[in-house]
Amino acid sequence: MNPRITLATAGRILSQLRHDHRTVALMLLVPCVLLGLLAWIFADSPTPVFDSIGASLLGVFPFVIMFIVTSVSTLRERTGGTLERLMTTPLGKGDLMVGYALAFGLVAIVQSIVATAFAIYVCGLDISGPVWILTAIALLDALLGTALGLLASGFARTEFQAVQFMPAFVLPQFLLCGLLVARDQMPSVLSTISDWLPLSYAVDAMKEVTVNASPEVTKDFLVMVAWIIVSLVLGSLTLRRRTA
Amino acid sequence: MNKAAGRHAVGGPTSTDEAIVVEHLRVQRGKRLVLPDLSVRCPTGQLIGLLGPSGGGKSTFMRSLVGVQVVAGGTITILGEPAGSAGLRRRVGYLTQAPSLYEDLTVRENVAYFARVLGSTEADVTRSIADVDLTDHAEALIVNLSGGQKTRANLACTLVGNPEVLILDEPTVGLDPVLRRDLWNLFRRLSQEGRTVLVSSHVMDEATRCDRLLLIRSGQILSDSTLPELLARTGTEDAESAFLALIDGSAA
Ligand SMILES: Nc1ncnc2c1ncn2[C@@H]1O[C@H](COP(=O)(O)OP(=O)(O)OP(=O)(O)O)[C@@H](O)[C@H]1O
Ligand SMILES: [Mg+2]
Repeated sequence: MNPRITLATAGRILSQLRHDHRTVALMLLVPCVLLGLLAWIFADSPTPVFDSIGASLLGVFPFVIMFIVTSVSTLRERTGGTLERLMTTPLGKGDLMVGYALAFGLVAIVQSIVATAFAIYVCGLDISGPVWILTAIALLDALLGTALGLLASGFARTEFQAVQFMPAFVLPQFLLCGLLVARDQMPSVLSTISDWLPLSYAVDAMKEVTVNASPEVTKDFLVMVAWIIVSLVLGSLTLRRRTA
Repeated sequence: MNKAAGRHAVGGPTSTDEAIVVEHLRVQRGKRLVLPDLSVRCPTGQLIGLLGPSGGGKSTFMRSLVGVQVVAGGTITILGEPAGSAGLRRRVGYLTQAPSLYEDLTVRENVAYFARVLGSTEADVTRSIADVDLTDHAEALIVNLSGGQKTRANLACTLVGNPEVLILDEPTVGLDPVLRRDLWNLFRRLSQEGRTVLVSSHVMDEATRCDRLLLIRSGQILSDSTLPELLARTGTEDAESAFLALIDGSAA
């Protein structure tokens, strides 16, 4: 890897986004609209449901959105021939993977600041813990989405397949992450599986920040970081300099 | 990953006078044996035309030279190093047959990105855009360019690295006669600077512009000679009839 090439790659990906105003608008607005909708649904509820679900959702959005954006844009590199061209240059596989992670990590920070501010100031979400931890969780979460998206795109041959990977990779994690049913109340097989899935830890950490003034999230962070690294390494194995 | 990168100065001297040496190259794609057994040597600093019918294996051969093709056997040595090795990635430039560009970026942004990857300067970016006559369109998005303009933007991204060996897959296809002439003059200039330029084409009259011609059909080299030699051998007047004579002869 070479820092100059990694940064050039991250800069190039951000330029591509800069030319695509609609995608940027969607990335920033969709989480706010969904949070607003959710707060509205529970507006007349006697118990503070939004406080518990709203924060967890802040952990789900960056993951899902970055997964989709990354898997589609890396697939475009493969099908558009730019990946083949890059493979004849000094660019290392790590430069590409980390370039993507840097670019989308930056977008994720902006996205999570906008979504968190909206949840707190517009929807009245109550958060006991420090907001910066919440932003850090959202960032890790987005990096997780990016890393898994890079990995998934290695197995997709067409755009249709890439889009199908969203439900295949993401929805099971969404069902098992403890948002719908608390993880310790699931059948034991499912709760064991959910113990291995990264999104569970993102949602756990988000819940912890909501209820606890000094939240204990070290384990959640470590699990997420481990998943990010493993996915990036596995993803770089799906990149081949030579193809048939 | 780039262990050997940067070790060679661009345009620096090479110890070998044969830029490309291919021995018994064998390439299988899917069920098809595209290149059964191909051997060829290209001297440094020549402008070489790679001509042949569609599906003859030109692109497969070029992909093998730049190290992105899975190869079943044989050896390829470029500038004294095995094809595709890390040290060559700055010294060998590859132009893909289909434009491989970021459609949502401008011409300049595309060229500047590849320049940064290849370690070239801002001046190289401006020069290579001018070389392909796209200065007026430097700020246009690729998606808004015509087919021929995309071809040229694609070429600019290859030229920006100042490679010592250029592997160009149909760089002049779909361009008008004036542009084709200008590009061939550019290729000639590059070879006069000591660079080795391998250009594939369907257009036989472009053969007159090359120092040497490689005719390839069904993965086999039918002829490897200068144009006058080829005309003398086949007793024909121009490259097109020489090529047809060779193909008819080999089919018989
Ligand atoms: N990805 C692939 N998988 C299997 N076979 C392939 C693949 N790509 C090309 N081929 C086959 O390899 C042969 C040579 O193809 P190649 O692209 O090298 O030809 P070419 O000389 O460049 O043709 P053209 O002038 O049309 O570009 C063809 O018969 C083609 O069908
Ligand atoms: Mg071809």
